[in-house]
Amino acid sequence: MPKIRVTLLSGRTIDQGTSKEYGKLSKEYRENVAVCEIDPDDLKELGLRDNSNVKVSTQYGSVVVVAKDSKRAPHPKIVYMPYGLWVNLIVEPETHGTGMPSFKGIPAEIEPALKEKVLTLPQLLKQTFGKDP
Amino acid sequence: MDGLLIRNGFVYDPLNNVDGEKMDIAIYGGKIVEKVENAETVDASGMVVMPGGVDLHSHIAGAKVNSGRLLRPEDHYKDVEPKTARTRSGVGYSIPSTFTTGYRYSRMGWTTVMDPAMPPLKAKHTHEEFNDTPMIDKGAYPLLGSNWFVLEHLRAKEYEECAAYVAWIMNATKGYAIKLVNPGGIEAWGFGRNVRDIDDPVPNFDITPREIVRGLCKANQLLNMPHTIHVHANNLGKPGNYVTTLETMKCVEDLAREDKPVIHITHCQFSAFAGDDWHTLRSASEEISKYMNSHSHATLDLGQVIFTNTTTMTADGPFEFILYQITGNKWVNNDVEAETGSGIVPFHYKRKSYVHATQWTIGLELALQIKDPWKVFMTTDHPNAGPFEAYPKIIAWLMSKKAREEVLKKISKRARRRALLPAIDREYTLTEVAVATRAGQAKSLGLRDKGHLGVGADADVAVYDLNPEETDLAKHPRQIRRAFKNAAYTIKGGEIVVRKGEIVKQVMGRTYWANVKAPPSLLEIEPELRKVFEEYYTIKYENYLVPEKYCPNSVAVPVEARF
Amino acid sequence: MEVIRNVTCPICGTLCDDLEVTVDKNVVVDVKNACAVSEAKFLNFANPAHRNLKPLIRKNGALEEASMEEAVKKSAQILADSSYPILYGWSCTSCEAIRVGIELAEEVGGVIDNTSTVCHGPSILSIQNVGIPTCTLGQIRHRADLIVYWASDPYSAHPRHIERYTAFSEGRFQESEWEHYVARLRGILGKKRFNRASERVLMREVSVPPISGQKLPPEFETRRRKLIVVDVRKTRSAELADFFVQVEPNKDFELLQALRLLVRDDELEVDEVAGVPIGLLEDVADALVGCSFGVFFFGVGLTMSSGKLQNIDAAIALTKDLNYRTKFVIMPMRGHFNVAGANIVSTWQTGFPFAVDFSQGFPRYNPGETSVVDILSRNEADAGLVIASDPVSNFPRNAVQNLVKNPLIAIDPVVSPTTMMADVVFPCAFVGIEDEGTAYRMDRVPLPMKKVAEPPRGCLSDKEILQEILREVKRIKRKESES
Repeated sequence: MPKIRVTLLSGRTIDQGTSKEYGKLSKEYRENVAVCEIDPDDLKELGLRDNSNVKVSTQYGSVVVVAKDSKRAPHPKIVYMPYGLWVNLIVEPETHGTGMPSFKGIPAEIEPALKEKVLTLPQLLKQTFGKDP
Repeated sequence: MDGLLIRNGFVYDPLNNVDGEKMDIAIYGGKIVEKVENAETVDASGMVVMPGGVDLHSHIAGAKVNSGRLLRPEDHYKDVEPKTARTRSGVGYSIPSTFTTGYRYSRMGWTTVMDPAMPPLKAKHTHEEFNDTPMIDKGAYPLLGSNWFVLEHLRAKEYEECAAYVAWIMNATKGYAIKLVNPGGIEAWGFGRNVRDIDDPVPNFDITPREIVRGLCKANQLLNMPHTIHVHANNLGKPGNYVTTLETMKCVEDLAREDKPVIHITHCQFSAFAGDDWHTLRSASEEISKYMNSHSHATLDLGQVIFTNTTTMTADGPFEFILYQITGNKWVNNDVEAETGSGIVPFHYKRKSYVHATQWTIGLELALQIKDPWKVFMTTDHPNAGPFEAYPKIIAWLMSKKAREEVLKKISKRARRRALLPAIDREYTLTEVAVATRAGQAKSLGLRDKGHLGVGADADVAVYDLNPEETDLAKHPRQIRRAFKNAAYTIKGGEIVVRKGEIVKQVMGRTYWANVKAPPSLLEIEPELRKVFEEYYTIKYENYLVPEKYCPNSVAVPVEARF
Repeated sequence: MEVIRNVTCPICGTLCDDLEVTVDKNVVVDVKNACAVSEAKFLNFANPAHRNLKPLIRKNGALEEASMEEAVKKSAQILADSSYPILYGWSCTSCEAIRVGIELAEEVGGVIDNTSTVCHGPSILSIQNVGIPTCTLGQIRHRADLIVYWASDPYSAHPRHIERYTAFSEGRFQESEWEHYVARLRGILGKKRFNRASERVLMREVSVPPISGQKLPPEFETRRRKLIVVDVRKTRSAELADFFVQVEPNKDFELLQALRLLVRDDELEVDEVAGVPIGLLEDVADALVGCSFGVFFFGVGLTMSSGKLQNIDAAIALTKDLNYRTKFVIMPMRGHFNVAGANIVSTWQTGFPFAVDFSQGFPRYNPGETSVVDILSRNEADAGLVIASDPVSNFPRNAVQNLVKNPLIAIDPVVSPTTMMADVVFPCAFVGIEDEGTAYRMDRVPLPMKKVAEPPRGCLSDKEILQEILREVKRIKRKESES
């Protein structure tokens, strides 16, 4: 199965900010946040089309999200995910004594995950923390 | 509120000509009264009783003070105040947190402190911090010396419109007095420049600092403000600047009426440098004192240097940039649109530095050479020349030649050789100390119920464990320091709040502001002001105003303008 | 129907205060001057589907409705019983509420930390190291002829920033470049496509390649306002710029230091730094030095990537160096609408801007030790109170794990992963919509937040909830010391 090494960045997007106002449990929110923006060439290398499920993994964990063709290309081997629970499952928690974890610039791997589902927030919460939402 | 009787102390109340008499002070309902019955008694036998301290220039609250607090965590680690049943926790050293500021002033017997530099755009910040500064009454001076509305009115010689705008500012921002810092210079600093002297026109505005000082002085008189204009002169901190300082005082000489002061030069030490550069720097205290002794339209405060690691902070952005260049220390600069600016640089005054030691002598020389104590007030321009907690030290230096000599022995030899101070024998009496630290300051501020112990005054009283009958205080400076460091009693608004330097009750204090009533014809400026407002500022007119709720305990001092 | 003017927006650090909100029978029906995110908030805040409406307490593993009194008692007990609680959030509430929060943290001997700890905390650490030459936003509007957004994408996070304060704003000494940008766009898109797009503010729907290359274009020889964007990828903000510089990820420090050398007239003996060719870098350095008033706005791209606070050190040092040659300022783009206020209130009351530890009875500050992510990662906290924030979404997983396995109190108007994982939940009013208060803009100018609508019944203000909890904590402690 094709797998590529990338640098993962997380941050704000206007759609993440706007859809947050519809509630974090909303479909709009999940559709705008459980995603990763990837360079079209990288997507091709993975043998995938726009809107396919992918698994993004770092040394801290992995998460399944929807890959979107980035409108900000070219940025080869750089992948951008909006702030939210999905990306924070895999960011680097180490603060190096500064208090700030590494939310940007994390080495990651991406592979297709066509048979896996993007979990909803309640599902993700239950699975990760074992507490009933 | 119950009554209180302070019995049998040596009372120093210069405004009422009481000069160490043994007498009782009666308090009821938060005020000094003729007499009181069945009251709690404070036995002040063998102790000095004075009005509570009044500080007319101390940076304790607001935008740049807080940036200073942020800048100096290393300063705070060394000096912490744990929470107690009655007090909140906090930190010092050169810029204490707000609760700590109030407690520390109160422990020394101070009861009124004015923050001298409030940027009107950020006035809410000053008031929010005031509301968390307990124990003392407070007030703030809006910065106006580089304000676009002021500069434009004055360029057009529209003195009444300028006065109307100033009235609007006092009411809108709950300010107390007109403050000028490096007049015109801070606007020039908006593009990285400065003004060179009082006749150097401000770029893009075609007005000189002289015109700004005179114009605001006129506005101050038209409005009948309780305090004079409060001026941080141009060229502060520059060798040779005493010339500018004298020019600044001279330029409003003709505006004086009835021998009353029309200008206050603040932290004059920083503006009393003679010489051409740091090597030839010397004290110009003689020149300044000579002028002060032959004129009565000006007052000044010292800005006395303390040898310590402190923090400089002032609206004088260009001066702070120079300090940054000299020291290489961390440097904060913050220009405020259409109004003013600020700069902050930590600074360590060292005994062995020729320049710092000379600065140390200047403040004291001014205090000791100016004959009339009603013209000279004790400050450190906290925290610029030193923290306010050093006030007891300064009082000891003023009162005791011996105390001065202890320090003179340890300073730069070259500075000692070239200074006047070693030859000065004068020692302040307790009456003069009372003037310099309370009565004179209250009078200058126009705070009629402060700084004295006459009937009707606010019951803000300090009792110090000093016995002038038994001790020759000048020979025992340590006792002076100890007494002023921890007041035997501090009484605020008629309540005992400090005993032996410990806070026994927390009170909140009130905010004083000048509620200026300008004649109706001049309130017409408001529509014009609203129109232009959004061109100048990035916030809305309505959101600039400070509503009453930001000053929950306030005293709106009524000011009747006279046009 | 009522139109309320001069409303301050409760979303981001741009803190626009020119919103006009139309309210009809307690429903916001229209809002003018708001960006897309703000509009979404004003039109959707009241939707009960995502609001907390009743206090909740977790019983037998699931959240159940409870009375306010029960919730207050339980929260107070949790905090009073804990040895090292964390109180986190604060950036989306009023200064008035934050003041109570600090008193509560002091009372329970806990750690009070705000969202700067995962945002511009490193910027604050850097400012504490080197200082910062900065100003209020109006100075930029009036004077700036060179504006640089570095690792910041205002289009996404601060949508009206450029039109209110920088390239597309009108000042006393500088004009808006909006016309110029529009003309450029028209040139690129061709008239037909342009006319269709021109209805949209800032051409949001239309994407054009940013201007980049080996040399700065001729605009940089003029005195007009010029906009440069520096980022690791071509953001929408980059498209608005007069020039876009693409920097390799995690290499901003090198780029900033290279510019410092060039600004000091040193020479670099390499061909490129961080992916940027030397010739271009020299051009950029010339532009920085040659402007009459320049500004760096920087975002969390610098605080979160490798180097963290050292990236900011370099950016601020570059700004300080530039002040020897011209007038230059720098400003962090603060995210939440009152994160600056959280720092400010914390600093005036405790001396420190975030990560304040009261466990020894006085304020202690040591980010890396007393910062919340580290405390949680080391599993040292034994209880938590979260207000106006969603750390379950925004913290790394292992920190969240430790947060949710201990008793957790959440105060939030909306349902979020944090409230869903909490043990006590308080519904509350939105500051700036249902509750008034004070907030501080990114340049630390204070602004009043208005109340334009009544909160749902039973939703108190953050300040009131905290006051209730504090009162109950004091009562519990008094009782304990008496017995």
